[in-house]
Amino acid sequence: MRELTALLAVIVVAAATLGVGVFGLRVSRTTSDFFVASRRVGPFLNASAIGGEYLSAASFLGVAGLVLLRGVDMLWYPIGWTAGYLLLLVFVAAPLRRSGAYTLPDFAEFRVESRAARQVASWLVCLIGALYLVPQFEGAGLTLSAVTGAPTWVGALLVAFVVLVNVVAGGMRSITLVQAFQYWIKLCALLVPALILWLAWHHDDSPTRNLHSSDWVEPLQGPHAAYLTYSLILATFLGTMGLPHVVVRFYTNPDGRSARRTTLAVLAMLSLFYLLPTAYGALGRIYASDLVASGRTDSVVLELPERVLGGTGATVLTALLGAGAFAAFLSTSSGLVVSISGVLSQDVLSRRFGSVTGFRIGGVLAAGGALLLAAGTQGLPVAHAVELAFAVAASTFCPLLLLGIWWRGLTARGAIVGMVGGGILSGAAVLAVMVGVHAGGWPGALLAQPALVTVPAAFATMIGVSLADRARVPLHVGRAMVRLHLPETVEVDRGSFQPLG
Amino acid sequence: MTDEPLTRVRITSPRTLAARSRSRRSNAAEIDALTRLGEVYVQSLMRAQLRLAVYVVLLLAGTLGLLPVLFLVLPVDHVHVLGVPLPWLLLGVAVYPLLLALAWWYVRRAEQNEAAFVELVERREVSP
Repeated sequence: MRELTALLAVIVVAAATLGVGVFGLRVSRTTSDFFVASRRVGPFLNASAIGGEYLSAASFLGVAGLVLLRGVDMLWYPIGWTAGYLLLLVFVAAPLRRSGAYTLPDFAEFRVESRAARQVASWLVCLIGALYLVPQFEGAGLTLSAVTGAPTWVGALLVAFVVLVNVVAGGMRSITLVQAFQYWIKLCALLVPALILWLAWHHDDSPTRNLHSSDWVEPLQGPHAAYLTYSLILATFLGTMGLPHVVVRFYTNPDGRSARRTTLAVLAMLSLFYLLPTAYGALGRIYASDLVASGRTDSVVLELPERVLGGTGATVLTALLGAGAFAAFLSTSSGLVVSISGVLSQDVLSRRFGSVTGFRIGGVLAAGGALLLAAGTQGLPVAHAVELAFAVAASTFCPLLLLGIWWRGLTARGAIVGMVGGGILSGAAVLAVMVGVHAGGWPGALLAQPALVTVPAAFATMIGVSLADRARVPLHVGRAMVRLHLPETVEVDRGSFQPLG
Repeated sequence: MTDEPLTRVRITSPRTLAARSRSRRSNAAEIDALTRLGEVYVQSLMRAQLRLAVYVVLLLAGTLGLLPVLFLVLPVDHVHVLGVPLPWLLLGVAVYPLLLALAWWYVRRAEQNEAAFVELVERREVSP
């Protein structure tokens, strides 16, 4: 009964997403439809759409699991994922919208006037996107097996299939309204069970067992805890602006000013959502502490109703949580696969194939590659896997955006060397964690949270190489700065850059 | 940053040659031509916005960024507020209103900076 209800809920979400994908094919026929259709969208709707695409498996399941496992220090994950939007707001939001770039490779080409820089940015989008996809597929497998008992690969395949059908059909992302709706589904799917579980806990005379062990309740207990925490802060605060599926959403704002207001609304919505995983983690500590020993902490959100309530109530709540989790995987994965396949088709495949064929092949490559990676890296906590993607984004695109927007001296060579260097450093750490290198002491800490080293290194490289290459500052940097910073109401020449999209 | 509408004053001159001279070029045209003056205008806006952004980051670093140090140095672990340990309350709840307040304040100030810039650029030079 419980399995059937949950399975039904998951199937409904998957079918609804497929339906939207097919509907999207009819609505958005051309590339410009795809991007421009929602140009008149207001900040509230746009912010809901960003939240809908951004809140992934890591937010829905992973944070609660990590809080259950390791306690108060893990609260920095949701803080970082929210504060990342504050940094995006103050440094990037309005200028990025004004640049007119659809994607990060577009921005790289516009700002440093180099096709090579564009290519490097394209490969990085693929790398970061794939890293971010892996935990989505992993989380899907885990959810399906937790609520229905199916083997873990079934859920991963199901999400990959639905996303691919969508991408081939036309991309669900064309419909802002649907992504916006996803945010509210996810919020309700997490909020309603949380309230009911809290009432049940209260009714149960508010037990506090297992909450008092000092290494869980007190901050900064483990070895290298301060380094790990600050490195996590740096990666998440600076990584958000470099996520490929977030950037494209800013283009749907009508101007720079509304891009700022949208970001402010995103911050409010994320703040509301991220109050909840902590509650699940703490309740899990009371009612499901055996998950720590069995290594299944990521499924705490899904298992709590059964343990706290039991009966029909638990069945309904589990189905609701399972459906919400699937909505999270599907919307984030779709956004990522569409971003990756767009970049692959523009910059890698379109010379050999037509652009539509290239787009579809790109989608298959992205989803297939991430599936393989997911199969090879089971056991890594979902939220930590996502955080590694943030570390790579913070070590590559963050310096490109910050220096590109605020410093005239950035050159193509500096941007390329900086992105490649930061990508190799952070990528090596990610690779080591994924293949299961277990180093102790400082090397282990560095591999687990590389950002505090790799981000300054990437900035230093980008600045140093640009200074050495001073003679080759991009020709139109003055015009680029006018375009990036002047409000749209001032009538000036903003240059002729047109994104490839 | 005044909200009262400025009344537009039309200045005409019979000496058309003087009226068309370089010194009467509009500020937008200076920016279009990327003259030294135009660059100064653009740079003034960039500096104002960057200063504001850095100020927000410093505020963030001085509050949120100091929390781990605070937890290391001060014995806050056993302080309870409303039955919740202080670190949990700070990191789980209190941080979010702070982020929102900073963001709201930034958006307001950034829009004011832009309004001031627009006013500066669109003001015609009026010779006494």
